[in-house]
Amino acid sequence: MAIKKFAVACYDDEEVLFPALKTVRHSGYKLHDIYTPFAVHGLDEAMGLKGTDLHIAGFIFGLCGTSTALGFISWILTSDWPLNFGGKPHFSLPAWIPITFELTVLFSAVGMVLTWCYLNQVMPGVKKHVFHPRQSDDYFVMAVELNDQTSEQEVVDFLKTTGAKETSVQIAEDSWWYGRFDKEEAYQKL
Amino acid sequence: MHIKYESFVREPLVNGDKTYHQVTEDIIGPIEKKPGRMWYIGFFFSVALLCFGIFSVTWAVYWGLGTWGVNRTIGWGWDITNFVWWVGIGHAGTLISAILLLFRQGWRTGVNRAAEAMTIFAVMCAGQFPIFHMGRVWDGFFVLPYPNTRGPLWPNFNSPLLWDVFAISTYFTVSLLFWYSGLIPDFATIRDRAKTKFRKLAYGVASFGWTGSVKNWQRHEALALVLAGLSTPLVLSVHTIVSFDFATSVIPGWHTTIFPPYFVAGAIFSGFAMVNTLLVISRKILHLEDYITIGHLEAMNKVIVLTGSIVGVAYLTELFIAWYSGAYGEQQAFKWRIMGPYWWSYWAMMTCNVVSPQLFWVKKLRRNIPFTFIMSIVVNIGMWFERFVIIVTSLYRDWIPGSWAYYSPTWPEVGFYLGTFGLFFTCYFLFAKYFPIVAVAEIKFVLKTSGDNYKRGMETIEAQSEEDFIHEVETHHAHA
Repeated sequence: MAIKKFAVACYDDEEVLFPALKTVRHSGYKLHDIYTPFAVHGLDEAMGLKGTDLHIAGFIFGLCGTSTALGFISWILTSDWPLNFGGKPHFSLPAWIPITFELTVLFSAVGMVLTWCYLNQVMPGVKKHVFHPRQSDDYFVMAVELNDQTSEQEVVDFLKTTGAKETSVQIAEDSWWYGRFDKEEAYQKL
Repeated sequence: MHIKYESFVREPLVNGDKTYHQVTEDIIGPIEKKPGRMWYIGFFFSVALLCFGIFSVTWAVYWGLGTWGVNRTIGWGWDITNFVWWVGIGHAGTLISAILLLFRQGWRTGVNRAAEAMTIFAVMCAGQFPIFHMGRVWDGFFVLPYPNTRGPLWPNFNSPLLWDVFAISTYFTVSLLFWYSGLIPDFATIRDRAKTKFRKLAYGVASFGWTGSVKNWQRHEALALVLAGLSTPLVLSVHTIVSFDFATSVIPGWHTTIFPPYFVAGAIFSGFAMVNTLLVISRKILHLEDYITIGHLEAMNKVIVLTGSIVGVAYLTELFIAWYSGAYGEQQAFKWRIMGPYWWSYWAMMTCNVVSPQLFWVKKLRRNIPFTFIMSIVVNIGMWFERFVIIVTSLYRDWIPGSWAYYSPTWPEVGFYLGTFGLFFTCYFLFAKYFPIVAVAEIKFVLKTSGDNYKRGMETIEAQSEEDFIHEVETHHAHA
């Protein structure tokens, strides 16, 4: 949640990106993020990111669904309003399995997607800085954070040596904000 | 050296000399252009059908279900037939996106987006039938378990019809989430290359502000995998539960344990046929032949011949069990299906579903586009008759000969059915215009392993001896 200065390098091939990423990480510059048009396998590990625990959220939401269904149906059919269906037992678990299963899946899927939106900070109306319009087309875009100690020119020159097709220096918000994509933010022109 | 390698035995999934940028151009390009004349004609025709459907339904709601041809013996007619038919069609999308993802079938990337969209629209159409079948549709919310002033009186959780309410609504929701989460990165692609202000704004909202950060992609992949894992049993459960609507009753012809697998196979059968119907047209009009290749169509035809054969075995098993059980009612029900007043529907079903798909054993026919298109329609006609046979020809001659009846639909029922075609195609035309009908990011993901031009680049490796290849890989790894 801060406006920062970034040196940006665009690569046009993931096979150039991987060695470049290695060099940048060794160099000691602060890597902000990499933006790719599709999921490049192994890039998360190469960046030193940990795996995601999203599936655990899915499991917990699923359990909530199971217990909601079983708790609710058994409460209704055994205590709130027991009905006699041809003399069958009030607690008739096998007949409740379909709904229990469906609610498990429903809770798990909905909960996980909402968790995903929250963690990724994506939502209708959310805006994030796009470093290069082709980062969702065919460019693999690496943003390196600049500060008082780093020389702008030095970092850009360094990034050029790693095989970048395009480089630039940009001032941008490093996180998300509420905004529209058809309007540019004023600070970007600083 | 190239590290990505795929055997030459596998056909390329993307034809032509494609780069990442070219993929974007080819798939996003049509969205940015004005649609052609064919699109306007098709869209207008669909909206007209939809309006006629709305008129027919309004008529039935206003005057009551007496305007339909259903009677006291045959309480389920075209409405429930159409419901099961549409739900069945709605099974292909999630099967392609979920089960084929778990099976690591690369070819799903070319067709999954359109198939999932088709699923969602088909389930929307399906949902209309049970809702308006209620008659007093304004009381439809009674099926929901909410605290009410009537006790509270709850719905019967032991009833397969209520299971169906949960199954269909869950299936719709989960399919929608799966589809949309896959669309988000592609919407970001449209947004980032948009030239007009409105497109930037609209796709900016639709893309949820996606930027393609590595961590986001990592979570995206995890989400897709878990949703696939959840959807796989879900797909199978939905048509199983639909089959329970019949199988848990004691009506001859319905009361059989073979129904769940038989219904699921039939659903996949008709769903893949509908995918073929739509994609044969879409790939031509949007010039996506390089992404939805003949290989893709052939793969789906293979699924059709497999599931068609399963359905055929199920039909024969039903007949055998009816005879073998020695149950008189069961035997009569099946005798009348084949030779009774509705014999034509049984034989239409048998011809379209069991006999004609067998032609797909011939490779030439599997790869013939006009034949694929005709077969896809024949299969769906057959599957419609299957549901009609199961529903009407089980009900029309019940335990009391005095109440035997015949049923044929009236115009509001036919209009309702046509109206759902209108709804389906209206949605599909809008989808084909405003959404990328092939998953752009997923195609880029498989491009370097399965793209035609990249595979051609492998010819040098293919020509190498094994020892040389292993040596090269080892030195490559030593350097890396």
